[in-house]
Amino acid sequence: MVDKQRIDEATGTQTVGHEWDGIEELDTPMPRWWLWTLYATIIWGLVYVVLYPAWPMVNSATEGVLGWSSRGDYQKALAAREAELEPIRQALVNTDIHDLPDNPQLLNEAVQGGRSAFKVHCVQCHGAGAAGSKGYPNLNDDEWLWGGDMEAIEYTLVHGIRNPDHDETRFSQMPAFGRDGILQSNEIQDLVSYVRVLSDREPQSASSNRGAALFEINCAVCHGNDAKGDRTQGAPNLTDAINLYGLDRASLTETITNSRYGVMPRWGHRLDAATIRMLTAYVHSLGGGEAAPVSEDTATEQAAIATDAETPVDEQS
Amino acid sequence: MSNPNEILDPQLQLYEKRKGVYPKAVDGTFRRLKWAIMAVTLAIYYITPWIRWDRGPYAPDQAVLVDLANRRFFMFGIEIWPHEFYYVAGMLVMAGIGLFLVTSAVGRAWCGYSCPQTVWTDLFQHIERAIDGDRNAQFRLQDAPWGPKKIIKRLSKWTIWLLVALATGGAWIFYFADAPTLARDFFSGEAAFVAYATVGVLTATTFIFGGFMREQVCIYMCPWPRIQAAMMDEKSLTVTYKDWRGEPRGSVKKAEAQPGSFGDCIDCNQCVAVCPTGIDIREGPQIGCITCALCIDACDKVMDQVGRPRGLIDYVTEEDAELEKAGQPHTPVLKTLFRPRTILYFSVWGAIGLAMLFAVGNRTRIDISANHDRNPLYVQLADGAVRNAYTANLRNMENRPRTMEVSMSGLGQAVLWSSEGSRETAGQTVTVDVPADSVGRLRLFVAAPGIGASREEFVLTVRAVDDRTAQDSHNVFFERPESAE
Repeated sequence: MVDKQRIDEATGTQTVGHEWDGIEELDTPMPRWWLWTLYATIIWGLVYVVLYPAWPMVNSATEGVLGWSSRGDYQKALAAREAELEPIRQALVNTDIHDLPDNPQLLNEAVQGGRSAFKVHCVQCHGAGAAGSKGYPNLNDDEWLWGGDMEAIEYTLVHGIRNPDHDETRFSQMPAFGRDGILQSNEIQDLVSYVRVLSDREPQSASSNRGAALFEINCAVCHGNDAKGDRTQGAPNLTDAINLYGLDRASLTETITNSRYGVMPRWGHRLDAATIRMLTAYVHSLGGGEAAPVSEDTATEQAAIATDAETPVDEQS
Repeated sequence: MSNPNEILDPQLQLYEKRKGVYPKAVDGTFRRLKWAIMAVTLAIYYITPWIRWDRGPYAPDQAVLVDLANRRFFMFGIEIWPHEFYYVAGMLVMAGIGLFLVTSAVGRAWCGYSCPQTVWTDLFQHIERAIDGDRNAQFRLQDAPWGPKKIIKRLSKWTIWLLVALATGGAWIFYFADAPTLARDFFSGEAAFVAYATVGVLTATTFIFGGFMREQVCIYMCPWPRIQAAMMDEKSLTVTYKDWRGEPRGSVKKAEAQPGSFGDCIDCNQCVAVCPTGIDIREGPQIGCITCALCIDACDKVMDQVGRPRGLIDYVTEEDAELEKAGQPHTPVLKTLFRPRTILYFSVWGAIGLAMLFAVGNRTRIDISANHDRNPLYVQLADGAVRNAYTANLRNMENRPRTMEVSMSGLGQAVLWSSEGSRETAGQTVTVDVPADSVGRLRLFVAAPGIGASREEFVLTVRAVDDRTAQDSHNVFFERPESAE
């Protein structure tokens, strides 16, 4: 190859000696400044190695005199974000939960925060979309075992459901009618028939009529005479389209025989008040959230105001 | 260079020092054209960000503004949103095809007249001549030992260069923020770090590229000369030295002594002296030639002085050069200019332009897109109905707040409500206020009877309440459980 090197006549430049079908390559000298850029990158590299983490060692890399690390950057960004969120968290805690819907901006912040917190603490049971699964309630729908207004949801979050060793936890326990010998298996089948009639899954029959009588004695105390449930006891409405454990005969038989109920941990001692409020707002926002019930005090006050308005002033005590 | 063995030693020539170029001042047609283009391009660059354009209270009043922070691009009456970036892509495609068109018709006109590298180098060279004097004085100063005079001249030249560079880098940032506000913040030290960093980098590059790198940028760094070389053909205008007329070269005295033995070129080297890239055009077309045509001005002046016809160096196509060499007339200009290639480039260029104008004229400034919730796909409600949820984005691309109404059609017995409302008060429409020039995010719920197809398509339509002709629709699905038990 080298022996083919020659001076190109047209340009006066040396060729590199390669030739392809008569085409040769000129060995044009590089511009000198190009070399300077190489030196500049070398200097840059040396400075970088001194300033930043560079050389891999056995356990970690050299730290660099600036002490920079991507983890440190992340921590800083996280701290900055926390500081940014602090006023919102304060405002959330200081706002009465009934007033939260009147502050759409704060409510929105709470819902966004709750969405994140939900993904960390709640998805394990309730699922990423809060749609639950068998035995774990769907939080998107409009049926609530223990109440679906903000205050009820927050209470459930703070105290949990059937949380052992906690006095204020939401608690109820359905008896195991079959296992404990309260009902015979044929009676249980009659009850199953009745419950299926309640939710329009079966036509009325002799069996269901017998079940109706059994229901009144054994079940109505919690589920109500109309079987529409009781939120103070977490007793589900048996007449609607939603059921936690299934409405086929086998599932119902299993539920009545052995009793079934879920357990939810209390979060009051694990999460701060602001996070719990965020989770409350998020769950409430999913589509089934209910308005706060008019409490007895408020109702009395309103009634009083109404009465006042109608009552002549001089008759007031 | 005298010993061939030395040249063949590769070590000697690996790197080459830049040879200084000290172009001589010249006057003429093309020089004046370059002055005019420089004035226009620099004026456009420096003045544009300061032009005001009233868009009402909800949008910036800067005529040309690339608002990266808010993701809006304003250009006089046109506002472009990020999702309309294809207009910018279209403009870039037009710029590319426009360069093809210009190059195939008039050669490297971009390089010679309007490339920023050419314009700023030209500007820097004028400054250089004002401080150091013309070509010969510059040579002398370069060779002179460092003394007070040289130091003062160098420092003042570099200072002026630096000020020009600073103004150049400084002007750039005004395209990205409100110019008067940014100028105030910039000089009071309150502007964002990125503003100072940008000015710093652009000042440095302008100073180095315009002051020191100059033709090295064109020859070694820029890919465009290579591409242009491929775009040119035998009908493209290029600066040509008519060797058939000029050779052999000889001085006027020699020509007088031996009439008929010499061509028109008197070998005065004026074409080389004025060349901003330091080449000799008489060696033929080459990568270093940016076709600025200053050598034409220089040569014409000399030809006038020695009483020979102008145009020894001239803008000639390769085809015409061959014809002229053979003593035939040039191809008519129009025939050269309108040939399939240029017509094709122009048609494509024009078609894209017209298509974009049409699209801009017909685009709606209201827009809906809706995402169906994927998890859960549907929610069983207590009364047997099924609910689906959607996240809708309502774009209000006008510079005023608008009330929008979202309605649904194509789904029987269904009701629609947003997170603000409830199923009890739900109907067929949802009304929402969307702030000016922004996207309103709306959470929509749709409930329909539980009995029905597992997947039904229906339409969400958004209308502006103040102008019902402005509307946009989006097709979405309603999902139900496969089958009830």
